Amino acid sequence: MAKNILEIKNLEFSFHTYGGVVKSVRDVSFNVREGEILGIVGESGCGKSVTSQCILRLNPEPPGFFEGGSIKYKGEEITTKSDREMRKIRGVEIGFIFQDPMTSLNPTMTIGKQIEEIFVGRGGISKKEIKERALEILKLVGINEPERRYKQYPHELSGGMKQRVMIAIALVGKPSIIIADEPTTSLDVTIEAQILDLLKELREKMNTSIILITHDLGVIAKMCDRVLVMYGGKVAEKGTVEEIFYETAHPYTAGLIKSIATLDTSKDQKLVPIDGTPPDLFAPPKGCPFAARCEFAMEICYEAQPENYQLTKEHMCACWLQHEYAPKVDIMRRETKEVQQ
Amino acid sequence: MTKYILKRIGISLVTVFVLVSVVFFLARLMPGGPFNDPKLSATARENLNAYYGFDKPVLEQYLQYLNNLIHGNFGFSTKYPSRTVNSLLSGAFPYSADLGIRALCLAVSFGLVFGIISALNRGNKLDLFFVIIAVIGTSVPDFIMGALLQHFFGVKWGLLPIAEYKGFKYTILPSIGLGFYTMASVSRIMRASMLEVVQQDYIKTARSKGISKFRVTWKHQIRNAIMPVVTMMGPTVAAVLTGTFVIESLFAIPGMGKYYVESVQNNDYSLILGMTAFYGAFLVFCNMIVDILYGVIDPRIRIAGK
Amino acid sequence: MSENRVEITKDKFRIVGKNLEKMESITRPSLTFWQEAWRRIRGNRAAFISLILLIVYGLLAIFAPMFSKYGFDQQDAYAMSQSFSAAHWMGTDSLGRDLWVRVWMGARVSLTIGLLAAVLNTVIGTVLGGFCGYYGGKLDMIVMRIIDVIYGIPSLIVCILVMVVLGSGVQSLIIAMVIVGWTGTCRFTRGEVYRLKEQEFVLAARVMGEPVFTIIMREIVPNIMGLLITNLAMAIPSAIFQEAFLSYIGLGISPPQASWGVLAKEGTRMLKVAPHMLYVPAFFICTTVLALNQLGNGLRDAFDPRLRGTE
Repeated sequence: MAKNILEIKNLEFSFHTYGGVVKSVRDVSFNVREGEILGIVGESGCGKSVTSQCILRLNPEPPGFFEGGSIKYKGEEITTKSDREMRKIRGVEIGFIFQDPMTSLNPTMTIGKQIEEIFVGRGGISKKEIKERALEILKLVGINEPERRYKQYPHELSGGMKQRVMIAIALVGKPSIIIADEPTTSLDVTIEAQILDLLKELREKMNTSIILITHDLGVIAKMCDRVLVMYGGKVAEKGTVEEIFYETAHPYTAGLIKSIATLDTSKDQKLVPIDGTPPDLFAPPKGCPFAARCEFAMEICYEAQPENYQLTKEHMCACWLQHEYAPKVDIMRRETKEVQQ
Repeated sequence: MTKYILKRIGISLVTVFVLVSVVFFLARLMPGGPFNDPKLSATARENLNAYYGFDKPVLEQYLQYLNNLIHGNFGFSTKYPSRTVNSLLSGAFPYSADLGIRALCLAVSFGLVFGIISALNRGNKLDLFFVIIAVIGTSVPDFIMGALLQHFFGVKWGLLPIAEYKGFKYTILPSIGLGFYTMASVSRIMRASMLEVVQQDYIKTARSKGISKFRVTWKHQIRNAIMPVVTMMGPTVAAVLTGTFVIESLFAIPGMGKYYVESVQNNDYSLILGMTAFYGAFLVFCNMIVDILYGVIDPRIRIAGK
Repeated sequence: MSENRVEITKDKFRIVGKNLEKMESITRPSLTFWQEAWRRIRGNRAAFISLILLIVYGLLAIFAPMFSKYGFDQQDAYAMSQSFSAAHWMGTDSLGRDLWVRVWMGARVSLTIGLLAAVLNTVIGTVLGGFCGYYGGKLDMIVMRIIDVIYGIPSLIVCILVMVVLGSGVQSLIIAMVIVGWTGTCRFTRGEVYRLKEQEFVLAARVMGEPVFTIIMREIVPNIMGLLITNLAMAIPSAIFQEAFLSYIGLGISPPQASWGVLAKEGTRMLKVAPHMLYVPAFFICTTVLALNQLGNGLRDAFDPRLRGTE
């Protein structure tokens, strides 16, 4: 059983805004093991990006601030480190791939320089070596003619290539963990497949852990060992990828799965979207954040937040339906379509 | 990029051409016209005739005029028939250029620095201080600024000289008066640009690499934020150079602006027109240089993308 | 999670289902675009004060000279270049004319010129820009080339040229400033129309058979109205500056008519002897421009849809 390389306990992170304090991350706990691919799935605004950026302290602080909890990387506490100390971790211990490659690269700097920047201010490596590593990494991520691309500017590259450059930047420091925030959302499907294969290859070759953030369940199914489902700033459900898909415990996860078509879906099964919108984080509801949109919601759901119920070693679900008083329901039930004659 | 440069040069040439043609036809449009003024001395009339060729058909006159211009002959003064625009220019131009360059350097360097400091200290007292300076600077026209500087620093407190242009001390007040508005404007734009750039995704990418805050600010933030300032340099240069008109009058500096204003006040039409043609062409030229420079600095234009 | 412990009783585990009305209830009353903008302006202290100030200046410009016992060109040899006094609130100029009256007469001229020039520029620029953006093609190309050329020639030079030909006076000044000034708005409007005409609501209008002019006026212009107004607010100060500058070098308004530029010019000449003669018009020029800039900033923030819901 691989070790935990990252341990997050009861993380709470909020932002001061004009309208008040926004609690983006309200109590998140999970671990990442060496060499595993952990997926984080959830709607926009559920807190997944903020959580991942907390790991590298990339959220602007002010107006952001830690309200509670801890993040431990290889045993060291992250939330109390100074910016100077964080620089030792960013880029070389933990790498980050951002969502939109079109805007995530400095338009006035060459690709080569942007990759080599990781090594600026760090001793022990010569200029020649740096350039070699940069070219090597460009080749590794599948960019042809690395020598030529090295001298080019971002606007001369296509979207797919730019994302590969982002991956190269995240990798060149040989980090132990890579955080990929929706790395393929803005790319088309064929490029997406290539990028995902590349990430998987990297895990094989270098035993890098990957935290993969996405809203696409298909990507989760293809890539991840374990999954975290987030909603309203909290963890709704987490477990292995099989448990999440085949032993779904939380109505929100069930809702996500029911709303997409898979090869198993039969023609007469309805695709069920989840009605409603995510909760207002200025005034979070006092009960379960998902209650208002949940067809199985009970009175208690509106009054109090559910406990975290541990179902198996890996499988956790934060839902009142797991309480002994709750009725047994099939949260995956779908209605069948009326067949038109 | 060559395409870009050629386009810029092309437009500038057309502009100059239009300008000088407009000047020519304007000369004929003036009510009564300066050239038909009975008060003109004989010498003046002779000069004008030679230059413009009144007895010849319009088209020939036009061509003769263009010919004159290409040979660098910009015309005669009506009030002082023995003076040519060229003679005035050669004497006065260096003063104006010197003043203009000083003012520009001051304005741009201080403007950028103030804007950067402001943006990096957003919200606190330092920011407020520079923002107030910028707001004041953009609300006071340069001639009023010049007059006030003159009055306080020159007359009342006697710290700096206020007339003529004979040494470094003489250049201080005029340069500040001329450049203040521009400095305020540049500082405002730089501040806004810095604040906008800092929200861009690539700044986060830069931070995620673990490089120092200083480097993020310098290589990523400032380098990109400066672009809008460069684009406005064209009109800025023009504004500063036209601003010399009043500053030179105020501070009795024998530059082009002073003669220009004098000729306007003396209704010395041919001088006005001649100097306008020259001045205008010069400014168009400056604009063109700035535009080309911008094309060189911004890699997106320098290297045409796919 | 430490909170008031809720009693966990079996009856609370009845399934009650969704509650979407509670969720969708809008906590703020929804406002129209204009109401929202007005609310923001009122909240923006600097912009609001500026608005009040400008209204006050406007009223004074209209009414102050009417109620004064002095005429604007009434000279008084016994009261020349006097500073502030009870008889003459803003003092007198070198010919004994009352400055309070002259300032407000000057205000009439400067503010009118500023407003008129800016409005004309905006209207011409918008209409032309609208048609260029919508139709494209030859019209667009020609107009854009013209703009390139006009833009290339420094506006002051063009103004000077026009003034030299037309002579000084309010009319020629306005004509000169308009000839130069419409280009900015035109470029801007053209860009916006270009961007908007591809959007679906315009397509819908076309499909429904609305004539072009209606499309431009009803669909597109309201969307850019906010930005146009902001543009207008920012254009007025530059018009005022231009007038001041031109009058200063003798091309604009000529005495005895008063404008703030003329007063500033007379003031700089008399600076050593009677500094109030400069301070007074300088104060009004600067505060007016300041107010307009602040108002312009406020308007821009007020109309910016991206700021919606952040308060």
